[in-house]
Amino acid sequence: MKGKAVLLIGATSSIGRALAHEMAQQGAALHLGARDGFEVERVAQDIGIRYQVPISWSTFEALDYETHPELLQKAVDNLGTLDGIVVSLGELGYQKTAQMDFNHAQRIIHSNYTGVLSILTHTANYLEQQGHGFIVGISSVAGDRGRQSNYTYGSAKGALSLFLQGLRNRLFKSGVHVMTVKPGFVDTKMTFGKPGMFLVASPKQVAAAIMKAMHSKKDIVYIPWFWFWIMLIIRIVPEWLFKRLKL
Amino acid sequence: MKLKHPSNLETPLSGWGRYPVVKSYLQRPEKVSSFRKILEECGKSPVIARGLGRSLGDAALNAKGYTVLTQRLNRILAFDKKTGILRCEAGVTMKEILATFVPRGWFPAVTPGTKFVTVGGAVAFDVHGKNHHRDGSFSHHLRSLELILASGETVQCSRQENEDIFWATVGGMGLTGIITEAEFALHSIQTAYIKSHHIKAKNLDEAFALFDEYEPQYQYSVAWIDCLASGKSLGRSILMFGNHAAREDIPLQQQPEPLHLKPKPNLKVPFDLPAGLLNRYTMSIFNTLYYGKMRSKEVKSVIDYDSFFYPLDFIQNWNRLYGKQGFVQYQWVLPTEVSREALYRMLQLCSQTGWGSFLAVLKRLGSQEGWLSFPMAGYTLALDMPIRKGLWEFLRKLDKLVIEYGGRVYLAKDARLSAEAFRSMYPNFPQWLSVKERVDPHNRFSSALSQRLGVER
Ligand SMILES: Cc1cc2nc3c(=O)[nH]c(=O)nc-3n(C[C@H](O)[C@H](O)[C@H](O)COP(=O)(O)OP(=O)(O)OC[C@H]3O[C@@H](n4cnc5c(N)ncnc54)[C@H](O)[C@@H]3O)c2cc1C
Ligand SMILES: NC(=O)c1ccc[n+]([C@@H]2O[C@H](COP(=O)([O-])OP(=O)(O)OC[C@H]3O[C@@H](n4cnc5c(N)ncnc54)[C@H](OP(=O)(O)O)[C@@H]3O)[C@@H](O)[C@H]2O)c1
Repeated sequence: MKGKAVLLIGATSSIGRALAHEMAQQGAALHLGARDGFEVERVAQDIGIRYQVPISWSTFEALDYETHPELLQKAVDNLGTLDGIVVSLGELGYQKTAQMDFNHAQRIIHSNYTGVLSILTHTANYLEQQGHGFIVGISSVAGDRGRQSNYTYGSAKGALSLFLQGLRNRLFKSGVHVMTVKPGFVDTKMTFGKPGMFLVASPKQVAAAIMKAMHSKKDIVYIPWFWFWIMLIIRIVPEWLFKRLKL
Repeated sequence: MKLKHPSNLETPLSGWGRYPVVKSYLQRPEKVSSFRKILEECGKSPVIARGLGRSLGDAALNAKGYTVLTQRLNRILAFDKKTGILRCEAGVTMKEILATFVPRGWFPAVTPGTKFVTVGGAVAFDVHGKNHHRDGSFSHHLRSLELILASGETVQCSRQENEDIFWATVGGMGLTGIITEAEFALHSIQTAYIKSHHIKAKNLDEAFALFDEYEPQYQYSVAWIDCLASGKSLGRSILMFGNHAAREDIPLQQQPEPLHLKPKPNLKVPFDLPAGLLNRYTMSIFNTLYYGKMRSKEVKSVIDYDSFFYPLDFIQNWNRLYGKQGFVQYQWVLPTEVSREALYRMLQLCSQTGWGSFLAVLKRLGSQEGWLSFPMAGYTLALDMPIRKGLWEFLRKLDKLVIEYGGRVYLAKDARLSAEAFRSMYPNFPQWLSVKERVDPHNRFSSALSQRLGVER
């Protein structure tokens, strides 16, 4: 990571912030993007002081698609170059509300998928032309199989996983590495205090695991690792049985 | 990978002493700007902030409502390389400050005996270190605070601005509002090492004499007392003095990187020890060994700052040594003039009744400005006491003596002091209360401690 220039989108999310710390500690220069301008400035100050690396920030609203090329340009200008992008944002939303209110469902889809697709499309073209770089997208285990408790969010994450997979296939020949991250339960505001949580990992643990996976150029990584096995089991349950389960 | 289950459902919580255990609803803001929403969500229920829960008793507990965890609010916001002035959020820990700034030649102006405290906790108890007689407490180096009041309003306060809120908040135990930011000074150091000087004292008289003799030469001083020694040896102790080492003071192989320490392994207490294990006999054996381990009268050495300031931090959750019942720490301070006489009486009482302690720490304190701050010019002694039958009666006897001599008990360590005793010990309480009643008329901010001490009427 030393000397690498990274655009990190969703820097005010718990996982995004932990990742930014981890990368800066390893010597990366960062440009942070997040919609909360007040907060992202504080996150940037914090990291700049702690790790003494070059750091800048801009506001980023996933749903304002037309602003995305500008953001990418600003990152490149500030960093002087661009080695990679990490996207860590999303909205879990409320499944029950999404069932009754299409606007809510739409928000979930656009924040988790369309918005990410937009910024990644611009960045992928940039990196492809450059001929090297990396793309890390934070998806979720929720995208591996539709479940009644969160399938709107899950469908957006599932779409994101497929998009990243296609991108990986396309960019392989140009030397751009694309990694899909599928975290299990992480101790953030998405999960804090929610019933039914188990094996909850801290954002710091997740960030460290993502860094390790980046170094070894993993394609798809479950974090913590045991979620690979949990999801394997969940995926192989036959549909006639799965549809009867309360998940 | 170690995993935890967080939950804002009702959760049992305790302080470091693991007594009392109280159920509370948890909230955990991820950013300061979400505080307002969180306070709204708490409705009319009382709220108390909680840092790392290193206060020993019930200061960061709230049985009647919400406990707000500040651990995620840890952004460092500004640092001035010339003056060493740092501005950060209240959830930043002493450990983070050390890790970030020691390698750049800066050290906290005041640090308690553990680095697992937050800045918010350090302000709320106006903590003191081994240099209090010289450098004052945490508030002495504090330039300003940002606070969220019960009204939801955010205020800045300092010695010049909203000064009554400032003085009510330092040492104010989280009861005036939630501290979101603090600005305070670090002081510069040349190395990460301390030139330490340990001296044995045969008894209390000699300990006092040595304090007087050596304190002028040293920034830091503290003594470990064997409370179970009696008769002629009453108050036998090891005094530990120290100064920050200069580059030429430290071993040659460290000199190229004088501000860097090698990481050390941590130890863990894997389970609760049986409660009866720390009894008068085992403790007196421990104390005799500890005292006897130092063969010569004096030892001078150069040690890293971790070993000098935070010897207990090497053992994670050492509080489990006291068993499931938990423990309290009884720490009191007495005015200088009466310190010797009063300490004699109190130590005699300890050694006669066998209410000893593993760790009895004696320190000299200077005077203090905060209205509810603990320090006063004099000597302070801290005793760890496992909770057993008869302890409360014994501590009430000590309370009486402390009040008789014009001293006070440290509320950061306390879990049982009565409302009446508290009022006798803290004469500025009425002044403090007048600010509390103004900024928090409906007692939005309230803890098990404030409920016990009858702060809310
Ligand atoms: C091993 C050990 C050694 C110690 N040594 C010393 C010592 O040498 N000197 C000394 O003075 N103390 C000492 N202490 C006590 C300790 O420094 C204090 O109890 C300190 O307040 C703990 O900080 P915390 O972050 O854990 O706070 P907590 O225990 O979580 O909270 C303490 C108080 O601070 C309030 N608070 C915390 N954060 C905020 C905030 N953001 N806004 C408003 N209020 C807040 C809480 O409401 C509570 O009243 C020691 C404790 C231990 C366990
Ligand atoms: N937490 C988990 O258990 C878990 C599990 C699996 C996957 N994930 C995924 O990991 C990533 C990070 O999760 P987290 O838990 O750390 O997140 P979080 O703390 O809950 O934060 C979500 C972030 O997304 C941002 N965001 C939401 N909608 C946005 C929009 N329209 N435009 C711009 N930013 C928007 C939010 O910005 P604001 O700060 O402005 O609100 C926030 O920073 C997400 O992709 C999430 O889906 C999380």
